[in-house]
Amino acid sequence: MKTNNLLLQSVTQVVTFLIFAFSIYLFFAGHNNPGGGFIGGLMTASALLLLYLAFDIQSIKKALAFNYVNIIAIGLIISLATGMVSMFLGGPFLNQYDQYVHVPLFGEVHLTTAVPFDLGIYLVVVAIALVIILAIGEDA
Amino acid sequence: MNSLVILPVLLPFLIGAVLILLAKKHQAQRVITSLTVLSMLAASVILAVDVYQNGIATMEMGDWPAPFGIVFVADMFATMMVILSSIVGVVCLFFAFSTISTEREKFYFYPFYLFLLAGVNGAFLTGDLFNMFVFFEVMLLASYVLIVMGGTKYQLRESFKYVVINVFASMLFLIGVAYIYGALGTLNMADMAVRIEETGQTGILNVIAILLLIVFASKGALFPLYFWLPKSYYGPPSAIAALFGGLLTKVGIYAIIRLFTLVFNHDIGFTHNIILALAGFTMFFGVLGAVSQFDFKRILSYHIISQVGYMVMGLGIFTPLALAGAIYYIAHHIIVKSALFLFSGATESITGTTDLKKMGGILKTHPLLAWMFFITAVSLAGIPPLSGFFSKFPLILSGMQEGRYIITAVALLVGLLTLFSMLKIFIYAFWGEQKHTDEQAAKKIGPILLPIVPMVLLTIILGFAAEPIFSYSYGIAEELLEPSIYINSVLGE
Repeated sequence: MKTNNLLLQSVTQVVTFLIFAFSIYLFFAGHNNPGGGFIGGLMTASALLLLYLAFDIQSIKKALAFNYVNIIAIGLIISLATGMVSMFLGGPFLNQYDQYVHVPLFGEVHLTTAVPFDLGIYLVVVAIALVIILAIGEDA
Repeated sequence: MNSLVILPVLLPFLIGAVLILLAKKHQAQRVITSLTVLSMLAASVILAVDVYQNGIATMEMGDWPAPFGIVFVADMFATMMVILSSIVGVVCLFFAFSTISTEREKFYFYPFYLFLLAGVNGAFLTGDLFNMFVFFEVMLLASYVLIVMGGTKYQLRESFKYVVINVFASMLFLIGVAYIYGALGTLNMADMAVRIEETGQTGILNVIAILLLIVFASKGALFPLYFWLPKSYYGPPSAIAALFGGLLTKVGIYAIIRLFTLVFNHDIGFTHNIILALAGFTMFFGVLGAVSQFDFKRILSYHIISQVGYMVMGLGIFTPLALAGAIYYIAHHIIVKSALFLFSGATESITGTTDLKKMGGILKTHPLLAWMFFITAVSLAGIPPLSGFFSKFPLILSGMQEGRYIITAVALLVGLLTLFSMLKIFIYAFWGEQKHTDEQAAKKIGPILLPIVPMVLLTIILGFAAEPIFSYSYGIAEELLEPSIYINSVLGE
C-alpha cells in the first residue's frame, strides 16, 4: 500500500533539525541543569527515527551510512577512556578535572572532562536506540 | 586509593568494547581476548596478594567520599572470587577456541564473553548495593546473549524462560534496593551495616532481608527457585555452559553471603535458620533430580543445585569453621563444576550426544579423558584426598559441633547420592561396550583436553595443599564474621 506522505515528509525535514538542535542544547545543559548525554541521546535518536518513519529505510541508509553497532563501541571506548585518564594521573577511576579557559569569540569557557564522558554516553544511547528499533522495524 | 581494585572490571569492559569494532576479524579477536583474560588473571592475583598483605583495599570513584559516592571494596573474599572467575574465564575461553562454531564467533561472542566477566567481577568488587544491581544486569544481559547465541529451537525455548525468571528477579532486586533506601537512607553496604546496628534489625528490615534473599536465591538457584537452571544450562555449547555453571549461580551465592554476614547479621535466629532450611531442601531436591537423569549435562546441572546448598549451609550454621568450609566449597565447586561441563563437551565432541544410554566404552578409546574425568568426578563426590573432601569435611564437622544433626545427615546423604550419580556417568559413558563408531574413536581430542588440564591439577592441588588453602579461607571467614573491619576500611575509623 502506497500512501501520500507529503505533509509528514515536508514537516519532518524542518522538525528533525529543530529536535536535533534541542538535543544538542540538552546535552550541554546537562552539566549544571537537567539534561545530559542520556536524554540528549534519546532525543537525537527520536529525531533520526522521525526520518526513518517519514522516508523509507533504504534512502535514509544511503543518507546516514553509519554502522550503529560500531558507534556503540566507540561511545563506550570514549566514556571508559575518559574515566581512565585520571587513573594515569594518580587519581581514582572517573575522577574529573575542569578548567576555565578564555577562548576568542566565545569568552570564558568552562572545560571539563565530564563532557567527553557524556559524549560517549550520548553516542551509546543514540546508537543503541536505533539498533533496537531498526532490528525490530526492519524484520519484514 | 588503589586503581588496581577496579582493573579486573575495567580491563574486560574496555577491551570488549574495542572488540566490537573488530567483529569481522576473528583471529585478531581470539588473540586479543586471550591476552585480556590472561592479564585479568594476573591483575586479580596481584590484587589478592596485595589485599592479603595490606588489608582491604578500597577505591572511591571520582573521589566522592564513601557513603555518598560509589566505592569499590576488595576484601579477601571478593579477591578470591575474582581470581576464581578469571581462572574459569581463561579456561573456558581456550576451550571455546577449539569447540565453538565460527557462526557464533561472528556474532560478537568475544565482546559479550568479556562483558560477562566484567559484570561478574564488578558484582564481586562493588561496595554499593545499587551498583551491585547494575553489575548483575551487565552480567545477565551478556548471559542472555551467550545463552541464546546459535539459536537452536531448544535454546530459544529454554532461554526465554531464563530471561523471564531473571528479569523478574531483577525487578524484585530493584524493589528491595528501593525498600532499603527507604528504610535506611543509604545503599553503601558498609553504611547500611552501621545504620542497622543503630536501629536494630526490626520487622521491616527482616522483610527486606527475606526479599533480597528471594532475589539472590532465584539467581543462585536455591530451593524452590531452581527450576529454570537444569534446562537452560543444557542448551548452550559446553564452553558457555561451563562458564555459566561455574560462575553465574555463585554470584548470587556471593551476594547472599556478603549481605547476611555484613548487613543482616543481627537476627540470626530468624534469617539464618531460614537459610539453613533452604540449604537442606536445595541439596536434597537437587541431588534427587540428578539421580533421576540420564543425560550427562543434565546430571551436572542438577548437581549445581545440590552443591549450592552446601555453600548456603555453611552460611546458615554461621560459625567461622562452617563459613570457611562454605568458602572453600565455592572455590572447589567453581573449578570442578566448570571442568566437568568441559568434559561433557569433550565427550560430546567424540560421541555426538550427551545421552548416557547412547554412550559407552570411551575408556578404551580415550583413556586420558576418562581418567581425568574420573579424578574430577570423585572430587565432586568428596573422596579424599581431593578438594571435595576437604570442602565437605568442615561443613559436616561444624554441623555436628553446633548440633544441627538433620542438615548434617542430609549433607552426608547428598554426598553419597552425588557419588552414585557421578559413578553412573562413569559407568555408562566410559565403561561398557563401545557405542561410538571407529571413526569417532580415532578422533584426536588433545587440543580440547589441554585447557581442562589446569582445572584437574587445581582440584588435586586444592586437595593436597588443603592446609594453607584452608587457613586462607578460614582467614576470609574470620574477616567476614568481623564486619567492623570492612566497615572501617570503607568509611574510615
